[in-house]
Amino acid sequence: MDFFSDYTLRVVALGSGVLGAAAGALGSFAYLRRQSLVGDALSHAALPGIALVFLLTGSKAPLPIMIGAALAGWVATLAVRLVVRRSRVPYDSALGMALAVFFGFGLVLLTQIQKRPDAAQAGLESFLFGQAASLLREDVIVMSVLGTACLILLGLLWKEFKLLSFDSEFGDSLGRPMRRLDGIFTLLLVVAVVIGLRTVGVVLMSAMVVAPAAAARQLTNRLAPMVGLAAAIGVFSGVTGAVLSSMVPRLPTGPTIVLVLSTIVVLSLIFAPGRGLLWRWIKLGRLQPAAALDPVLMHLFALAQQHPNEPDHGHGVGVLRTMSPVGADVEQALEDLLNRGLVHGVGDELWAPTPIGRREAERAIKAQTEVSS
Amino acid sequence: MAIDDTPAMEVEDLTVAYSDQPVLWDIDLTVPAGDKMAIVGPNGAGKSTLIKAAMGLVPSVAGEVRVFGRPFAKGNGEIAYVPQRSSLEWDFPTDVLDVVTMGTYGSLGWFRRPGNVERDRARAALEEVTMGAFERRPIAQLSGGQQQRVLLARALVQEAPILMLDEPFQGVDAPTEQAIVAVLDRLSDEGKTVIVVHHDLQTVPEYFDSVLLLNVRAIESGPVTEVFTEDNLRLTFGGRVGVLAQLAATVNEG
Amino acid sequence: MTPELEILAIAVVTAVAAALPGTYLVLRRTAMVSDAISHAILPGIVVAFFLTRDLNSPLLLLAAALTGVLTVVLIEALIRTRLVPEDASIGLVFPALFSIGVILISKGASDVHLDTDAVLLGELAFAPFHRLTVGGADLGPAALWSMGVILVVNAVLILLAWKELKLATVDAGLAALLGFQPLIIHYGLMTMVSVTAVGAFDAVGSILVVALMIAPPATAYLLAERLGPMIGLAAIIAGAGAVLGWAGALALDVSIAGSIATASGLLFAVAFLLAPRRGLVAQAQRRSGQRLDFGVRMLLVHLLHHEETPEAAEECREAGLHRHLGWRESWTRRVVGKAENRALISRRGELVLPTDQGRRLADDAVVGFSE
Repeated sequence: MDFFSDYTLRVVALGSGVLGAAAGALGSFAYLRRQSLVGDALSHAALPGIALVFLLTGSKAPLPIMIGAALAGWVATLAVRLVVRRSRVPYDSALGMALAVFFGFGLVLLTQIQKRPDAAQAGLESFLFGQAASLLREDVIVMSVLGTACLILLGLLWKEFKLLSFDSEFGDSLGRPMRRLDGIFTLLLVVAVVIGLRTVGVVLMSAMVVAPAAAARQLTNRLAPMVGLAAAIGVFSGVTGAVLSSMVPRLPTGPTIVLVLSTIVVLSLIFAPGRGLLWRWIKLGRLQPAAALDPVLMHLFALAQQHPNEPDHGHGVGVLRTMSPVGADVEQALEDLLNRGLVHGVGDELWAPTPIGRREAERAIKAQTEVSS
Repeated sequence: MAIDDTPAMEVEDLTVAYSDQPVLWDIDLTVPAGDKMAIVGPNGAGKSTLIKAAMGLVPSVAGEVRVFGRPFAKGNGEIAYVPQRSSLEWDFPTDVLDVVTMGTYGSLGWFRRPGNVERDRARAALEEVTMGAFERRPIAQLSGGQQQRVLLARALVQEAPILMLDEPFQGVDAPTEQAIVAVLDRLSDEGKTVIVVHHDLQTVPEYFDSVLLLNVRAIESGPVTEVFTEDNLRLTFGGRVGVLAQLAATVNEG
Repeated sequence: MTPELEILAIAVVTAVAAALPGTYLVLRRTAMVSDAISHAILPGIVVAFFLTRDLNSPLLLLAAALTGVLTVVLIEALIRTRLVPEDASIGLVFPALFSIGVILISKGASDVHLDTDAVLLGELAFAPFHRLTVGGADLGPAALWSMGVILVVNAVLILLAWKELKLATVDAGLAALLGFQPLIIHYGLMTMVSVTAVGAFDAVGSILVVALMIAPPATAYLLAERLGPMIGLAAIIAGAGAVLGWAGALALDVSIAGSIATASGLLFAVAFLLAPRRGLVAQAQRRSGQRLDFGVRMLLVHLLHHEETPEAAEECREAGLHRHLGWRESWTRRVVGKAENRALISRRGELVLPTDQGRRLADDAVVGFSE
């Protein structure tokens, strides 16, 4: 019995580790590009691909299934892009629709498969809920190969992806093919997601892509360490989750991995040196970030400085808008500041900082001058 | 002194339209080599769009751009771009040197990494904008003026003959503004051409040699002393208000 | 009613109930929150189930609604730290909560009917078997009643808070300035989403809830210009999707929920293509028809521009026009022809010049913006 569970554990742990590395690394870029939820959408959208592969070929072998899943995910991203480009439907709605509609279609196909005499879809459903325990050596080999390929490509295209994530337009001005790079990146992300479906299932795949990156971002200010750290966190969570779930009865692997990840995220949010909440509490006395991040407050403060004897001399939105960059959402910022008690209305659509707001602004100026000197 | 009279940039009949709204119309512009030109106009006049369209970053419906007499092609290192600061997500995990080094990516191929050569070039560019001490600073911690100088350095490192800057003086402090002006002057002295979308009318005569007055159409362009008149400004900024009615967007004609 | 018709009724009621809050989610660009909430309420349901051991207890609804609001609170707390961007905040919170739910089920309830299959997927086919019996009288499927009540409550709340919702959705800043409390609106909406998701859970599962909250409103978004018609259309389209899906599922003997989701997606696709004004087909038609028009105006402006200049002889020469404008020769000929047809240009030797009418058109066409 020991040998058997050892073997299974080894297999599951290896698979989870590979998944963690690939998802963590690629997820870092998705995180930075504000595409965190694409992982969620891709994992749901993969379902019809999986079902179709089985319907058409009768195969449940890992490679064809993953290819089918990847193709379906790829089509979903194309659909999202098309909808966003050619209509007023916003990106998040397009993403959500792709997610739900593709998945729904996958369900239709699944129930169609269910009617076959060989009760065949039992294996397929493991993609939905993640039955890591059902991973075979065969699966893990495919996962490892694909995962490693993704990571190698990521390494080769490192500077291109960095450019894509930070300033795609600048890359365009250099003559780099940014649209093609975007396509390649999406493809790699699709593969990373597809690898993970068997292990953690559809719903939790989102976490595998987002969480390592979110945690890593708190711990470092440079890209290579962030990606490396995210991959490491991914591996660690994958393996730990697998081990834990094998030690505790009736503890499914996927959710355990996700909880390990979530714990790491929470810990890094609190304890990250120089950036975490604990540091902020100690340094600034509260959990809200410094008002230096709020230019509208600073503008109001600057304006107020011009009327030192009239603390409630207000200024209108128009002035603030002139002082802010084009397209800045001044009203939203004002509402935010109002909610936080940092500004108040002082008459007919005029605004001024509250005493607390003034103190915050002064504090922020002090903090700024410390940083930039 | 300059024998070659080929203008650095010639724009002809450039027209850009976004869905149902023309943004630039039939723009003609000639920028002499070594010139410092300002582009001014009200909000929505298409100033940023002009820069982007000239560089091929947004599609144009018609028109042609020539650089030193030859049709412009991206990626030949002829034009270096400094975008608006606010268009970037500064919370990105990287440091100043890294951002400036990105300016060298155009000269590296697909799989080559930036090496010491590239990084030294980046350092030199940082020195030019007096940010040499900030090499390792995470960009999330930069002030507005510092951000702007970093973007300028990123363009300088490309050593292109033409630089196009989008509102580089927006929201920067006075010392930064002086530093940037000094760099632009130096570039112009070296014969490089500088084109700047500028928001502050008061400093146009002081900082620039020539100016383009833009309001969807090119109102007037030429040397500041000739073109920057009250009449022209009134035409550009406060002129007839018209609504561009039902004009379709075409990305490219049929 | 036959079981099939009862299923249809449940499906339609659920669809319409979901489309109502869904419209606001789409407009506020928080559509993915529906995905988050519909998964994250799992632990709430499970805990309530452990307490009551009764799948039909109203406590489940309450617990899930609270968990839904908790989800939103957590997401916003995360966003407010400014350490994690908005989309990532969503993607962090709901998998954690869902995992807790799955583990709770696995550890505590593996002997009972609450299993992940049902939770994720739901199955409408079984809904008629849950009857609502009051005093021994069979009042119909329980799901129909619960979703019906939810539908009515959603509709009433939306009607009551119509102005506030509209303002908070369209212009949050203005709403704050005018003294409305967008936060209350916001959490109220999220509660509505949670309750609807919970109510629909049993019958249709979480994924269909997401589909129903997003697809019909998105479809309506392509067809309507104002909020009132948009919600109405969303409700109708949701119902239509439910009917189509139901019919398809019956005919093909497949998952009803999946079929409805697919049908809703297909309806969106149809609107995407064929919507008057906003559909792809309409866009293409407009483009091709107005390309010519646009071209004529561009030609006129070009001619006007260069008319009095020394380069006029070159710029206005017909043979060279295509080069100056950067157009193909054939296209240039079409445009010139059209302009001539409309008496907007005249020929003078080799040159093409605007007529007075053409000049006026060009003048009007481009004047530029003022502040």
